[in-house]
Amino acid sequence: MSFFDRTAKSFLLVEIVKGFALTFSYIFRPKVTLNYPFEKGPLSPRFRGEHALRRYPNGEERCIACKLCEAICPALAITIEAEPRDDGSRRTTRYDIDMTKCIYCGLCQEACPVDAIVEGPNFEFATETRAELYYNKDKLLANGDRWEAQLAANIEADAPYR
Amino acid sequence: MPKLTIDGLEVTVEPGTSIIQAVEQLGIEIPRFCYHDKLSVPANCRMCLVEVEKSPKPVASCAMPCADDMKVYTNSPMAQKARKGVIEMLLINHPLDCPICDEGGECDLQDQTVAYGFDRSRYREEKRAVKDKDLGPLVKTVMTRCIHCTRCVRFGEEIAGVEELGVLNRGEYLEIGTYIQQLVTSEMSGNIIDICPVGALTSKPYEFTARPWELRKTQSVDVSDAVGSNIRIDTRGGEVLRVLPRLHEDVNEEWISDKARFCIDGLKNQRLDRPYIRQNGKLQPANWPQAFEEIAKRLKGVKGERIGAVVGDLADCESIIALKDFMRTLGSTNIECRQDGAQFDASEPCGWRFNTTIAGIEKADAILLIGTNPRTEAALINARIRKTWLAKHIKIGVIGQQIDLNYPYKYLGAGPETLEELAKGKGAFADVLLKAQAPMLILGPGAVCRDDGLEIHALARKVAEKYNMLRDGWNGFNLLHTQASRVGALELGFTGGDLDKMLKGDVLYLLGADEIPVNRIGKDTFVIYQGHHGDRAAARADVILPGAAYTEKNAIYVNNEGRPQLAKQAVFAPGEAREDWKIIRALSEIAGKALPYDDIAQVRARLVEANPIFGAIDAIKPATWKPFGKDGDCDKSPFGEYIANFYMTDAISRASKVMAECTDAFEQGKKEKTGTHG
Repeated sequence: MSFFDRTAKSFLLVEIVKGFALTFSYIFRPKVTLNYPFEKGPLSPRFRGEHALRRYPNGEERCIACKLCEAICPALAITIEAEPRDDGSRRTTRYDIDMTKCIYCGLCQEACPVDAIVEGPNFEFATETRAELYYNKDKLLANGDRWEAQLAANIEADAPYR
Repeated sequence: MPKLTIDGLEVTVEPGTSIIQAVEQLGIEIPRFCYHDKLSVPANCRMCLVEVEKSPKPVASCAMPCADDMKVYTNSPMAQKARKGVIEMLLINHPLDCPICDEGGECDLQDQTVAYGFDRSRYREEKRAVKDKDLGPLVKTVMTRCIHCTRCVRFGEEIAGVEELGVLNRGEYLEIGTYIQQLVTSEMSGNIIDICPVGALTSKPYEFTARPWELRKTQSVDVSDAVGSNIRIDTRGGEVLRVLPRLHEDVNEEWISDKARFCIDGLKNQRLDRPYIRQNGKLQPANWPQAFEEIAKRLKGVKGERIGAVVGDLADCESIIALKDFMRTLGSTNIECRQDGAQFDASEPCGWRFNTTIAGIEKADAILLIGTNPRTEAALINARIRKTWLAKHIKIGVIGQQIDLNYPYKYLGAGPETLEELAKGKGAFADVLLKAQAPMLILGPGAVCRDDGLEIHALARKVAEKYNMLRDGWNGFNLLHTQASRVGALELGFTGGDLDKMLKGDVLYLLGADEIPVNRIGKDTFVIYQGHHGDRAAARADVILPGAAYTEKNAIYVNNEGRPQLAKQAVFAPGEAREDWKIIRALSEIAGKALPYDDIAQVRARLVEANPIFGAIDAIKPATWKPFGKDGDCDKSPFGEYIANFYMTDAISRASKVMAECTDAFEQGKKEKTGTHG
């Protein structure tokens, strides 16, 4: 009996038909893939992407050159130089992050007492040359200006857990 | 000798020792803010509270003397609770601005809050704010941060001798400040930055530039005067950022003068970073081989007696011996280190050293100052004199200018005739000196930088001999220098030349000699200038060889006492500049008479060969007493002032912007303002 059954199944390609049926059934189910770059997945507010230097709402840069991010950076990616600005306040004259050294651990934003340096939601900053990954203060501030709305929202969303 | 138990350990201490000192002897740490070993004990911060058995309350360990059978607990629950309370109270009005505070990272309050405090505050009321004070171009104040330990006030009153800072008002309104709007006019004011336990007093030139954890620390020696203060040079990335004192009880204790601390920005300005050769009347950039060839060409055929060499104020001993050996191979004995024209007898070490030693000043009970203003010429020797005066109210007499010293003195006269009278046993101060157990005299550059210097030198010797200043274990004769290189050069015998003859010779080699009368150099004299700053003499040079400053070389400097000390290299010299002895060594080879040493160890061996004192670093070999000077009549003219502006005495401080600001703020203020001022 089992002999006839097996022979009939193999001659009638039952298993292949079953397999195709399963495959074709997926045509009618909802899709799980995303059409990147036109579609993107959800990101946590804690996502650690490209760095940015934020400003206060009145346009004043937040960074006060305390150098805690430089001190804590395990990859030694951050370089800061500071001097008194004309109004006597403590400001950086240089704030560089070597993004090729950075390991995206997020300790810099943990250390920052004024929420100035943050790792934002942007992960699409691949470049054609290495030199473009040596970020300076202008680049980081520009990042901050570009992403501010989302950065502020992320910090607020994460605030209850800090 | 009280015997007490601290944390279960028995210790026997000298009578009068406070608990905090006894605890320190055991190596246990007690936190403190107001207590400082070099200052008096006010016991007002209450941070050093400890539990003492049978005492109902915790005891301030800095003010409580040890007693027999005391049982002290430094870390009992009672002591811990007391400290926690003190920290919380101090933080009530202390702003939370550590991220923008320059003290951050080396702040006593920050460290002790982490170690002994609590991480929450219960204080919900308003914090107070205090107006900042203007203390001049060196010290920045943020008075809101002040915790009223009064260390700065006590430093001013006790060490610096300027009673300008004080405590105003009471309670909530208590402030540290100057009573009237004025600057702190002390030549040691920078030290209040170090002793401030919080960020209330910080360094203005160093403002916001670096954090302590970024700095590389190098132990070195200061060259702004002849005291040889021990310093620590803090650098980052090839740049000298600040200078701090290093503890040396026998030299500078733990203070340094403002010039030593703040002249370092002069190391970045006016530097010679490549060789230059004068062509068609103008100095043109060149390279080392060209400069050496030019010199070798000029040296060829010149008689030794027509060649001269002068050593400047900042030269190190290695380069001095190299230059001396080089001059000898050229057949020249025209060498001199006294570029200012000082005329003392350079044959006997006892005649030109600070024989009493700086620590020895504390044993003196009468001091005679002759033609000197120690306040500007050697600020730390002056601090030592003041310390001695404060402890014993010793008698101090002054011959020379009527100067502004920070201790009372008896003014004896203006010039050599007063000294002559004293040598004959006449005058009001003769009695004081006769009765004194340990009298000493300090002969300053104002007395020997004149044509009759040799006679005055002999006269001072006679005074020393007459008043019993020379006994076993005591030598009260001291010649004060202001140049870091001077004693080292004298120890190496870099002297004996006639300055006037050298200035008019064929070839003149200046090793950083900027104080020579440049306008008296002969028109046809070929001038080689080796140094690190484009200062006075470099402008006259025909060939410039760029050397290294004191922060840029491993070198030995001998201080006024005859104490050789090591300065270590903190950064590299700029551009093509090289260590000075190497330049002379390289030049000697091209000139055809190579010197017999190739590395620093061999040069140091040569130093020991030339004078055994270089064999023992940081040790003094007392000089034996021998007669010196020349008997004769002295000029009647009064002794002059040697340093007119404390803040600018050498090539480095003249190139410093901070020192220029100080000159403007402190020195100009002394003179009367004219109509063109503001």
